Amino acid sequence: MPLVQIEKDRCKGCELCVRACPQEIISMSREINTKGYFYAQVVEQPRCIGCRLCAITCPDVAILIRVNGVSYRFFAY
Amino acid sequence: MRAGAIHYFAYPITPQTEVAEYLARRMPEVGGVFLQAESEVAASNMIFGAASAGVRVFTTSSSPGISLMSEAMSYIAAAELPAVFVNIVRNGPGLGGILPSQGDYFQATRGGGHGDYRLLVLAPSSVQETVEHVMLAFDLADKYRNPVMVLGDGLIGQMMEPVDFSSVPTPHPPDKSSWATTGCKSRKPYLIKTLFLDPQQSEEHNRKLAAKYDEMRKHEVRFEKYNIDNDCKVVIVAFGTAARVCKTAVDELKRNGLRVGLFRPISLFPFPYEPLHEISETGTVHALLVVEMNTGQMIDDVRLAVADRKPIAFYGRQGGMVPSPEEVLGEIHQLI
Amino acid sequence: MASNLIFQCPDSMTDAITHYCPGCTHGIIHRLVAETLDELGLRERTVGVAPVGCSVLAYNYFNCDFLEAAHGRAPAFATGLKRARPDLIVFTYQGDGDLASIGTAEIIHAANRGEKFTTIFVNNAIYGMTGGQMAPTTLPGQVTTTSPFGRDVQTCGYPIRVRELLSALRTPAYIARVAVHTPRHVIEAKKAVRKAFQYQVQGRCFSLVEVLSTCPTNWGMTPIESTQWVQDNMVPYFPLGELKVPEEE
Repeated sequence: MPLVQIEKDRCKGCELCVRACPQEIISMSREINTKGYFYAQVVEQPRCIGCRLCAITCPDVAILIRVNGVSYRFFAY
Repeated sequence: MRAGAIHYFAYPITPQTEVAEYLARRMPEVGGVFLQAESEVAASNMIFGAASAGVRVFTTSSSPGISLMSEAMSYIAAAELPAVFVNIVRNGPGLGGILPSQGDYFQATRGGGHGDYRLLVLAPSSVQETVEHVMLAFDLADKYRNPVMVLGDGLIGQMMEPVDFSSVPTPHPPDKSSWATTGCKSRKPYLIKTLFLDPQQSEEHNRKLAAKYDEMRKHEVRFEKYNIDNDCKVVIVAFGTAARVCKTAVDELKRNGLRVGLFRPISLFPFPYEPLHEISETGTVHALLVVEMNTGQMIDDVRLAVADRKPIAFYGRQGGMVPSPEEVLGEIHQLI
Repeated sequence: MASNLIFQCPDSMTDAITHYCPGCTHGIIHRLVAETLDELGLRERTVGVAPVGCSVLAYNYFNCDFLEAAHGRAPAFATGLKRARPDLIVFTYQGDGDLASIGTAEIIHAANRGEKFTTIFVNNAIYGMTGGQMAPTTLPGQVTTTSPFGRDVQTCGYPIRVRELLSALRTPAYIARVAVHTPRHVIEAKKAVRKAFQYQVQGRCFSLVEVLSTCPTNWGMTPIESTQWVQDNMVPYFPLGELKVPEEE
């Protein structure tokens, strides 16, 4: 099951990933990060399909994605 | 090219376009780069780009073009990049004309662009000296990592004189791998920038540049004393073409037994204040005559050097008019 | 537990947190360029040229040699650098004020000479760094701090379509316009950025990718609204796609 890691303190709360996620499993937290932004967080990790759209649309490279399998095309998406 | 400078970016402007025309043919023959830019603004910024790669690079232009290049000169000085600018000065201001002038003295010596920076400025008064100064300019540009200007004028720029190249040294450009942006293979990336938003860093940088200019003041002052000995009555102060004319006048006066000498600044920045001050101190000298092809610019520096020790007269021709030895003689006779 | 990374920060990008505003898509564009440098193995022989504008600080975010240019002069810097060292990969990263206003002559002549470097032109229809003034690409009627009643085409003319302007030049080049306001557009944009750099690697031609970008702060919108604004207003006026490819010449 893919693992989406959102680096809390890199997030600027722009919410682009929330809209990008086809599974709609990302939402904004109620706490703020060190910069004072409500940061994005994955609320239903098991439903993630590893499509990487959240990471692709994140302007701040705040999202890392890990999978068990191997992606045959690193980056080139 | 003898200085190992085979990268040239320029824009046509009378009276110096012959340089570009010559290099358009020659550079390809030596595997160099010749590029005619769309403007002097672009040409001077190409100089920045090429200098960042660590190559010896230069441009030649004339007064209005130099004005357009002044922004880049400020950036190149701030970025501490070596580059050579040759200004074959023409009469101004505005479009002016295409005849020789020294009306760019302030622009050259006070820096035509913004901010606390200086150009090291050399002023030749013959074709031979121009050759030597261009060679020297590249060495000084590398030594201080600062733009250097060779300040000629329309007359020197268009004159033909025999040149002895044997005195021209073979170039030894220093290693620039500690800063040249040539790809960060096996090292950390280099950054060449001039943006300093933090005031402390900006002040630090300004003082670093200022220290460099002090070094220049210590080591790079150049001048010529012509017929100046300890019983000179009047000393003429002139540079470039004006100095050449005054030499003829001095020779004439010498034949008539009149003790008149010529002090010729060669480095306009750093200006030779001390040596000129010493001369103005000598008892027999009772007046100085500044001769320029402008309405009086170098005279400010002469005043700083002389510091009211002795009276200073001024004689200037403008608009491309070149003073004649006879006119200088006329001025001298009024002083003696 | 999942262990293999399939998405991470590219090597050609530093891990600095950018100064860009929340939702500003400069960050995405930086990443696309950095990913391309990684994929084509160019990082160690690349020199970037930053403009004056919000992305002047790009030099803090790329992990390769960089020059910071005077406003509008990046194409001239890149020309001098590329001519001195044709073996280096050189790219300029410029905004619409930098490229389409003060630097118009530089970009037109670099393209016309066919300089073999790549330009990433970020068009967000406004001056960002200086606080939201009208840019040459500001849309008709768009309100900015220097077009408070909306851009009046009678007095300020129409926004400049840089892709079309440069494509009119006869010299072969690769000139495309893309956008990054949705994931699909980001993926499309990546292809163009990659192609642009590949043309440079081949020493084939000048390449420029115009990227429509957002400016939530100065547009006075949320990041999500900004992406919608790009779709509804910018894309119709600035159609996307490759307009000039060297093969056709």
